[in-house]
Amino acid sequence: MNHLAEVPVWAAVPAAVLLLVGAGLTLIGSFGMLRLSSFYDRIHAPTLGTSWGTAGVVMASMIVFSALGSRPVLHELLLGVFVTLTTPVTLMLLGRAALYRDRTEGNPDVPAMLSLDGSEAGTGDGRGSRGNGV
Amino acid sequence: MSALLLTTAALIAQLALFAAMVLATIRMLRGPRAQDRVLALDTLYVNSMLFLVTLGIGTGSVFFFEAALVIAMLGFVATVALAKFLMRGEVIE
Repeated sequence: MNHLAEVPVWAAVPAAVLLLVGAGLTLIGSFGMLRLSSFYDRIHAPTLGTSWGTAGVVMASMIVFSALGSRPVLHELLLGVFVTLTTPVTLMLLGRAALYRDRTEGNPDVPAMLSLDGSEAGTGDGRGSRGNGV
Repeated sequence: MSALLLTTAALIAQLALFAAMVLATIRMLRGPRAQDRVLALDTLYVNSMLFLVTLGIGTGSVFFFEAALVIAMLGFVATVALAKFLMRGEVIE
């Protein structure tokens, strides 16, 4: 571990803290995904890892490689921005797909589709009424 | 001083992320439904991406970053395609 000895202490301490916080939050998120009872609870848990988990690890990597080189290393930002932008898209699609599957099977645990006049319209497919289509 | 600190932090972070990957794998194997498995696969992608970034910090190599970027993109495309398949029964209509 020769290269890490060249990192000054003022950069090593925040990098280590950010690394531990990021990895710890990711572990908590994955543990929550294993532990929570229903899918709609579970879909929230991994976002710990995709928000501050990714941010902590990416910022630690930026600090370490900036301290090792003589200029700021910013291409890790690409990773953080990419994960931040894509996670809501994937989780919205996945939540919509799960809701559609549950409604098609007539699962009583999920709210039924509402038609435009407010009455229950049975098992809709998530498209058309109330503008909540994809 | 900083070498010991960073080495220890990187090691602990790698262990935590490996444990997170194991937990996501358990959820992916256990199910119970297809959307749970897809969600667990997405989490596994993110965890392995962070694991690679942490590995890059520990070894000082810049090549892990590119592998992490590729994993992030593959994870996004894979999860979107699987969610589309769960929704419609087809990926490309």
